[in-house]
Amino acid sequence: MISRLRVDNLTIHGVGPLSLDIDIGTCVGLFGPSGAGKTLFLRAIADMEPHGGAIYLDGTEQARIRAPDWRRQVGLLPAESMWWFDTVGEHFSRQDADGFDRLGIDTGLLSCPVSRLSSGERQRLALLRLLENRPRLLLLDEPTANLDSDNTARVEMMVRTYREKTGAAVLWIGHRHVQLRRVAMRIVGMSGGRFDDPGGTR
Amino acid sequence: MISETIFLSPTDLMLAALLVVALALVSRCLGLGLAGQMIVAALRTALQLSLVGLVLKVVFSSIEPLWIASMAAVMLVAAAREVMARQTRRFTGWWGFGMGAIPMFVSSFAVTILSLVVVIGVDPWYTPQYAIPLLGMMLGNTMTGIALGLERLTESVWERRRVIEARLMLGHTWSEAIFDIRRASARSAMIPAINAMAAAGLVSLPGMMTGQILAGNPPVEAVKYQILIMFIISAGTGFGAFIAVWAGSRRLFDDRERLRLDRLCRPP
Repeated sequence: MISRLRVDNLTIHGVGPLSLDIDIGTCVGLFGPSGAGKTLFLRAIADMEPHGGAIYLDGTEQARIRAPDWRRQVGLLPAESMWWFDTVGEHFSRQDADGFDRLGIDTGLLSCPVSRLSSGERQRLALLRLLENRPRLLLLDEPTANLDSDNTARVEMMVRTYREKTGAAVLWIGHRHVQLRRVAMRIVGMSGGRFDDPGGTR
Repeated sequence: MISETIFLSPTDLMLAALLVVALALVSRCLGLGLAGQMIVAALRTALQLSLVGLVLKVVFSSIEPLWIASMAAVMLVAAAREVMARQTRRFTGWWGFGMGAIPMFVSSFAVTILSLVVVIGVDPWYTPQYAIPLLGMMLGNTMTGIALGLERLTESVWERRRVIEARLMLGHTWSEAIFDIRRASARSAMIPAINAMAAAGLVSLPGMMTGQILAGNPPVEAVKYQILIMFIISAGTGFGAFIAVWAGSRRLFDDRERLRLDRLCRPP
């Protein structure tokens, strides 16, 4: 079976070579100390940095897909979200009332200025904004770092539902082992720019 | 009635220079740290203009295309160097020079030649008495426009790099991700030219027209030339700045539409 994501000997700014496969509908957790190269790895998969090696999505090599199309299919959620319009609603092409409800966000927030959002609201809204593209792969860089336990549970459930419904694969960077064991089928450690065990622990 | 030209003596110019010296002294007393720069700039003005006066005397005395082309090339290189020197974060390598020189060449030369051939209709079109002053004014103003546009572009992209990358991550094209910044940069490049057109005659008498009137030419003729100059300067500045800002924006992204800030030098 073709992997949803296949990374072959990826090298980037002294990180790697890194190889990893993620199957359709599975979630892989990635942990490691700061500076291990986790975020760079995600950025390379999303084609945000020049890199060596090859990356495939459902068997198609990165270079064969237009960069904006690739990034829509490979949804990268950075640790800190960015907003450029004045109000929240301007960042969304449609109003996903169900998604807002599941993340515990009132749709009234859509008319609010971005400056009034809390960091937790920004984090959750950024996930919703990313899911609008219906990505086949989710790259989540500490998606619950600013959230309390209730909202952490909501985000975990949202990602799980999306993964099960669409078959999307997920690569989840986290620092809490307890959480990674909860959300991921496989956990890969990373240090000094290398995977400790590419096969990971289950 | 046309008054006769009053020729200025070196003493007259020395008197004017005393004003700059006085200003430099005042700025020194106020601790602005500008006195040295001011004196050097004033000396450069006197020296450069005296030299160019001598060169123009030679160039104007014979219609020799090679001389005119050489002078135009020197002017272009000097203007492109100025554009490069005014950038806080200029493009690395030859791009830093080319990003000013190429748009300036395309825009200034095209608009100047068009004006000489179609509007003024001088024969031959490269008659130095017309071609050199027109090109000089075009380059001077286009240089300012391009420098402002590129400075705004590179600074804004640096400050808003995370927003640009966030937009790329959501699948926006490079052009969509930088659209606001590109528009603001083009606007800031055009503002001096638009202000000059809007204020001409009301707030200020443009330099070239004042010079012609002081030199004894009829004001109506001076005005007609000034209008021509302002129109072609605006067109040249606008087209030059648009080309530079567009090319600069594109250069900030690679073929995979990644933001490449490593293509900008670090500020000195």
